[in-house]
Amino acid sequence: MKKMGKLFAVLSTLLFTSVALTGSCFAADTIKLGVAGAHSGDLASYGLPTVKAAELVVKKINANGGVLGKQVELLVEDDVCKPEVAGNTATKLVSDGADVVLGHICSGATKAGMGFYKDAKIVAMSPSATTPDLTLSGEYPNFFRTIAHDAVQAKLQVKFATEVLKVKTIAVLHDKGDYGKGQALLAQEYFTAAGVKVALFEGVTPGAVDYSAIVTKVRRAKPDLVVWGGYHPEASKIVSLMRKKRMKTAFIGGDGVKDDTFIKVAGKYAEGVYATGPMDISKNPLAIQAKKEHQDAYGTDPGAFFDAAYSAALALLNAIDKAGSTDYDAIVKVLHTEYVDTPLGKIRFDENGDATGIGFSVYKVENGAFVEQK
Amino acid sequence: MDFDYFTQLFFGGLTRGSIYALIALGYTMVYGIIQLINFAHGEIYMIGAFTGLIVSSVLTMMGMPTLGVIFMAAMAAVIYSSAYGYTMEKIAYKPLRNAPRLSALISAIGMSLFLQNYVLLAQTSDFLPFPSLIPDFEFWEPYAHVITSPELVILITTFVVMVLLTVLIKFTKIGKAMRATSQDQVMAALLGINVDRIISITFVVGSATAAIGGILIASHIGQINFYMGFIAGIKAFVAAVLGGIGSIPGAVLGSFILGWTESFFTGYISSDYEDVFAFIILVVILIFRPSGLLGKSETQKV
Repeated sequence: MKKMGKLFAVLSTLLFTSVALTGSCFAADTIKLGVAGAHSGDLASYGLPTVKAAELVVKKINANGGVLGKQVELLVEDDVCKPEVAGNTATKLVSDGADVVLGHICSGATKAGMGFYKDAKIVAMSPSATTPDLTLSGEYPNFFRTIAHDAVQAKLQVKFATEVLKVKTIAVLHDKGDYGKGQALLAQEYFTAAGVKVALFEGVTPGAVDYSAIVTKVRRAKPDLVVWGGYHPEASKIVSLMRKKRMKTAFIGGDGVKDDTFIKVAGKYAEGVYATGPMDISKNPLAIQAKKEHQDAYGTDPGAFFDAAYSAALALLNAIDKAGSTDYDAIVKVLHTEYVDTPLGKIRFDENGDATGIGFSVYKVENGAFVEQK
Repeated sequence: MDFDYFTQLFFGGLTRGSIYALIALGYTMVYGIIQLINFAHGEIYMIGAFTGLIVSSVLTMMGMPTLGVIFMAAMAAVIYSSAYGYTMEKIAYKPLRNAPRLSALISAIGMSLFLQNYVLLAQTSDFLPFPSLIPDFEFWEPYAHVITSPELVILITTFVVMVLLTVLIKFTKIGKAMRATSQDQVMAALLGINVDRIISITFVVGSATAAIGGILIASHIGQINFYMGFIAGIKAFVAAVLGGIGSIPGAVLGSFILGWTESFFTGYISSDYEDVFAFIILVVILIFRPSGLLGKSETQKV
């Protein structure tokens, strides 16, 4: 019993100290930038670069005197990319007094958190959530993003296919996964709306040893173009087999295909394949600078969505600065009206909350490299 | 009814079936001798493909002609994979030979996971391009839209391997010893058969066929990664069970049936449900013939 008493005393002291510490944090007047996303687990590689981007931006801004004369403080919370966790993450950020939130990373988790931010009148900006509904439904006026949504990609594919390739009939294949099938469904919807006949719409099993049956089926449907929804390993298998079976049908994929591994693996069969992917920003001076900052600070090249996250952090803090306060309506107004210079270029946000001036380009594999098609 | 389309699907299924068969042969041989489902067989196939890739890259860099590269890569893969098969049996299965069958099965699953992760760590988790070792034959060009040259080679190899294995088991001294070991290990040992050696030989032969499969299939698909053995192994296992596990012609027949089922269902119905149909066929056949199409029904000793 005596031992228990001692333990209790220690615990309560600890508890008291921690309360005191948090208290002192609250006392200091800072701008609080919440960063939410997947920071551990399978998809941590998608979320951690955003934390690093936020750290770099905040370090730079604080060194220059902060925002509105106040230092910026980061509140980093992990949602493991799970919608069921993201609600708690959002609640935690709201109760910790975040003024704006950079996040979340995954579309499902972002959707789960948005309601909480909306009720608390907090702006959230994602560098990576691409589900079209998040902005297009109009449900979340407090949501913004620095990445183009999936429908933009599908629309671009339709535009390119009908105007440049002049296709009349297409076949849509996908890998049955959330990402791939989502892309395929959007492609089907927009191609049909553009008056193109979708002759075939089918899912294939990822990792199968052979795709000759589905390739035979595509051949019979006689499409002008095969639209692929999914990642590059299956895409390279299907394209290679089509070419080996002497089919010359054009092939277009999304950002899951626009990966150098695709060209490496498919080799000569990759030639002439189209893929949509984020616009090339490697010549933007701010992007070059951001990359260098990352290399200096962490010794490695930045990871996924780094540029988008860097831009989002800049846009958020710039909005607070221009608005002159952390008032919700003022921040939203600035985001919609004022341009800001970012690694992605000069951006502002349209009425839905999507960044303007960013987006996707069509690339074609020429001589073993993706070449942007103007 | 579009006859051309039917023919193409037929040959597509045949190719896919012979891919499964090359792997299923090893499964069924090992099962036939020691009644062990060697789950790590798919990994031996994967190791064969990796060895083939490494050796062929090095030789191509040294400027060896294609034919020489194929031969040397295949030899290296066969030797390397056989060594793995031999060692695997000594480490993971031999100590458990008199243990309950479930223990050996779990040991096999462990071996499969171990080899997968070993290759993942020692090599890479990325997809690697595999060179097309088999060139497009000129005389075959008119039929290339139906069945490509590499597919033709796979098909022929499968038949050759099947015939050789049947000859080995039916007509040679080693084959006789294998059959004896499979019937009764204790009795076979009493009659002077070195049971340990026979079991080792079985693993070596099974691994060698897997390695040949690994090289041919990888060069057909054009890419490999550490996980490729798992899915192919599962499908080949299903094919072996379908044909009657333990029977060499059964493994080939089962593989073809599985390949055709998948091909025709994809062609005439939908590829979304390809695996569903494949397993429905398995269930239906096992309901009517529990020991598979060509399998011998075992009498349980009570």
